[in-house]
Amino acid sequence: MSAHGHEEMHPPAPVWMYVTNFLVLVVLTIVTYLVATQDLGELSTPVALGIAVVKAGLVVLFFMHVYESGPLTKLVIFGSLFMVAVLCCFFLIDYSTRNLNLLPPDEETPAVTAKKG
Amino acid sequence: MHTDTKAPSQAATQGGDHHGHAPDLAHHFENHFQQHDAGNLGMWMFLSTEVLFFGGMFGAYTVYRYKFEKVFEQASNLLDPFLGGINTIILLFSSVTMALAVRAAQTGKGKAIVGWMAATIVFGLAFLGVKAFEWKHDAAIHVFPTKDFCWSYAREMHKTHEHPEYKPYAPQKFYEQDKNNPESKQGKLFFFLYFTMTGLHGLHMLIGFGIMAVIMVYAWRGYYTPNYFVPVESIGLYWHFVDLVWIFLYPLLYLLGAHLQSH
Repeated sequence: MSAHGHEEMHPPAPVWMYVTNFLVLVVLTIVTYLVATQDLGELSTPVALGIAVVKAGLVVLFFMHVYESGPLTKLVIFGSLFMVAVLCCFFLIDYSTRNLNLLPPDEETPAVTAKKG
Repeated sequence: MHTDTKAPSQAATQGGDHHGHAPDLAHHFENHFQQHDAGNLGMWMFLSTEVLFFGGMFGAYTVYRYKFEKVFEQASNLLDPFLGGINTIILLFSSVTMALAVRAAQTGKGKAIVGWMAATIVFGLAFLGVKAFEWKHDAAIHVFPTKDFCWSYAREMHKTHEHPEYKPYAPQKFYEQDKNNPESKQGKLFFFLYFTMTGLHGLHMLIGFGIMAVIMVYAWRGYYTPNYFVPVESIGLYWHFVDLVWIFLYPLLYLLGAHLQSH
């Protein structure tokens, strides 16, 4: 834990940091609501999620004090997000390749041949 | 086993738990900073399991939304994005009061911890109050994914801007319409996901209230010091995590269909 040298407790952050963070988050909430009422077609989800990611980043950095956290905490956060990304990759590969007929159309599957025999 | 190399004789003479270290420093830690960092890291480990827990549900949502894109938008349109937005802001209020509760702990103000946490609980209850209001409407238009679920009825009520009183079942003719309509089942799936995800989010809030109540008692008795407030900080992290989940639930559930018809 003492890898970065200092052994003192972090001093409390100023109140204005929390208040500013809160106000920015409220503004972003209003923005995402107003944007969502417009029809952006394909762009609507990336925009909505983009704003959500920015909001989440602000909460994690300032409300959850990650801006002053040590490298181990950051590693744990990165690790959990990485594992969710792995999860998403695998089930998307799974679901997007279901019902794919990989065999050439004129060949019978081994299972069918076995039944005939 | 690590033995106390510092002063075994001192430990023997003093007796009790606090042999040669501050009363708010557990004796297996070198100093307050290390104690704080260890507790903090443990809480983050727990939160990473929570990320995976909710991640699975967001995954299920992703798959079915990809498969039934049109119906998911129509189903989302049955929710009120304005009320969802109000709730997002209420939850942000509760997050800032929680951040100030942790700050009060850092500055050693036990009574202020209690005050800010009480404010957090009040905002949390306001959030659940808005949710209860929404659920009342959801029950009346029969979107709870039970056997009285009625997709055509909900759509009809939404189209005509009606707010019907709750009856155990929707009129029979709407169930007839639903029978041969595959969209009815896809809509039901959206509401399964909606109620599970927001329900588990709400459950997390209720658990948070319980933990906060305990911590408030300790804070009132002056148990926490600027050098030892890991429980206060941990419930803070937990509460902000609950806020984070909502930050993603709001666009995915409420805003998905917001462009279809203005509220």
